Amino acid sequence: MVWKTTIQHLLRRAAPALRPDPALAKEMRARLEAAAAQRLGRALSIRHVAAGSCNGCELELRATQTLIYDLTQYGLSFVASPRHADILLVTGVSTRNMAQALREARAAMPDPALVVAVGDCAVDGGVFKGSPVVLGGTKALVPVDLVIAGCPPNPAEIIAGLVTLVEAHDTKMPPKPKILPGMA
Amino acid sequence: MIRELSAAEWQAKQGRFVALWTDQNFAYALYHPGELVFVALEQGGYPALAHKGAGWFMRLARDLNGHVARGFEAAPPAIDHGAAPDGTSPWPNFARHPEEGAHQVAVGPVHAGIIEPGHFRFDVKGEQVLRLTARLGYEHKGILALMRGKSPSHAARFAARVSGDATVAHSLAFAHAAEQAAGLTPPPRAVHLRAIMAELERLANHTSDVGAMAGDAGFAFLDARFALLREWLCQAAQAGFGHRLMMDRVVPGGVADDLADGGREAILAALSAIEAELPSLRRVFEDYASLQDRVVGTGLVPPDLAEAYAAGGYVGRASGQRGDARLSPGYAPYETFALYVPVEQAGDVAARIKVRLEEMPESIRLVREFLASLPDGALCLAPEPATGMGLGVAESFRGPVWYWLRLDAGQIADIFIADASTLHWPLLEYAATTSILADFPLINKSMNGSYAGVDL
Repeated sequence: MVWKTTIQHLLRRAAPALRPDPALAKEMRARLEAAAAQRLGRALSIRHVAAGSCNGCELELRATQTLIYDLTQYGLSFVASPRHADILLVTGVSTRNMAQALREARAAMPDPALVVAVGDCAVDGGVFKGSPVVLGGTKALVPVDLVIAGCPPNPAEIIAGLVTLVEAHDTKMPPKPKILPGMA
Repeated sequence: MIRELSAAEWQAKQGRFVALWTDQNFAYALYHPGELVFVALEQGGYPALAHKGAGWFMRLARDLNGHVARGFEAAPPAIDHGAAPDGTSPWPNFARHPEEGAHQVAVGPVHAGIIEPGHFRFDVKGEQVLRLTARLGYEHKGILALMRGKSPSHAARFAARVSGDATVAHSLAFAHAAEQAAGLTPPPRAVHLRAIMAELERLANHTSDVGAMAGDAGFAFLDARFALLREWLCQAAQAGFGHRLMMDRVVPGGVADDLADGGREAILAALSAIEAELPSLRRVFEDYASLQDRVVGTGLVPPDLAEAYAAGGYVGRASGQRGDARLSPGYAPYETFALYVPVEQAGDVAARIKVRLEEMPESIRLVREFLASLPDGALCLAPEPATGMGLGVAESFRGPVWYWLRLDAGQIADIFIADASTLHWPLLEYAATTSILADFPLINKSMNGSYAGVDL
């Protein structure tokens, strides 16, 4: 049945495949290569924590992993534990009930680590600003290195933000040694 | 329909219980398909209701307003974690399961995937789940309090952000309630445009969720293709309505903006592309024994339990429940479009997938027909500063969303929001116990309750 399905699939594919804007993808790859390959060895792992979002930002974060945006082509990928992560990506307003979990997730990450606040809520609480149970964005709980605004920001904006982050942080993330100790 | 009951009548009331909430003077209970009853509060309390689905609402009323359900005092808080101002809070005591050899597994609030926060405490014996207790409330933002004192037009921004994946449905239910309170009928063009957005939203969630379930069962190919279908819809929504999730487009009185130039073509192109791909993806679901093995008989919700909780959406319809708010109580413009609502009996993950797969072509048909019969005319009427009560419903992709509000001189004096998930979370707690722990991600995804939508 597999070959039959495959042949049918090849024959009946009607819609032209959507691709990322080639110029944009090329530019972002080039920028990332320049910055990340040297500084980070091209492996950036992201841990996402939702700290009081409406789940709209999560939808767009998931969209960064689709065939169209394909986050991993830039050397960025989501991981299942803060222990494995270089970047803590936070969405949501920072509710009082998530404060402890968010702080603990940051503390569980190996340093050096970067924190990115994604979406208007994570910037400063967004429309929920002023509620007594809203602490007012990611910065209320952990130091933030980059904000990506939008309600929600679209997948291309999220990826562009992450690439910019890698470019900008040459002082915080020390360059990887070219030759490992003991190998010379 | 609204009427006051005595305490005895309140407790004896039968029917499909939907929601319960309190304001300063009364406790309200909502029954399908929109029957509202209330009882006067006495010394800050009211008699507890015995309906299965009432538990969460009674706990929530105590956390939000301090009103006690007499006879239900022992229940744990719903969203109140007892957090100190700095956010530190004690863990509640999760009683051990008495069975010998049982132990507990704690998961969350931070989960492994890109997902909302919640804590799950499993009592397991070996692989078998004996009991699941969900602790929610991590996303509590005080939305109801934020909406009070604002005009419906202003408060619509909050309704659109109660649960982002159902932003159109929430905005629509809120608009229905606000319009009823103000005695306003939205223009026909707005009604059609709202329905187009609502069906696109349903389609977008159905495609990506079905794909994600396949992904959880190890079929990355299906996940990738279904995620692509969703992306086509998001791009069509951006082209047609200027926002990928169509947030803030449905407002009290009508819609915020017209269908953009080229939007019709973009939407129709996306629908055709999805329609061309769906049959082959569906065949993969049905043909592969290893995929069927993961979903058939997994995460059972028996029809009598679904009935007791008045489960809606695909959770209810996969367990023999026929309800669909688009038909009962019903709202424009669906009554003239011969809506088909698929119903399954098995109540497992496979049945929920099947219901959603069958709803996809129906939503495609509806959007096409709505576009073909789109009336001309006004887009929005300005709501007058009115005084009155309103009850509104909209069928989100996961089931009915209810809004109740009271306007006082054009401002929201009080409001309550009941997302379909509220009645589905207890069913997830049950469904988990019919399977092994490793199946839980799949079962959870198949119900896909909103965390934000119940935490409020």
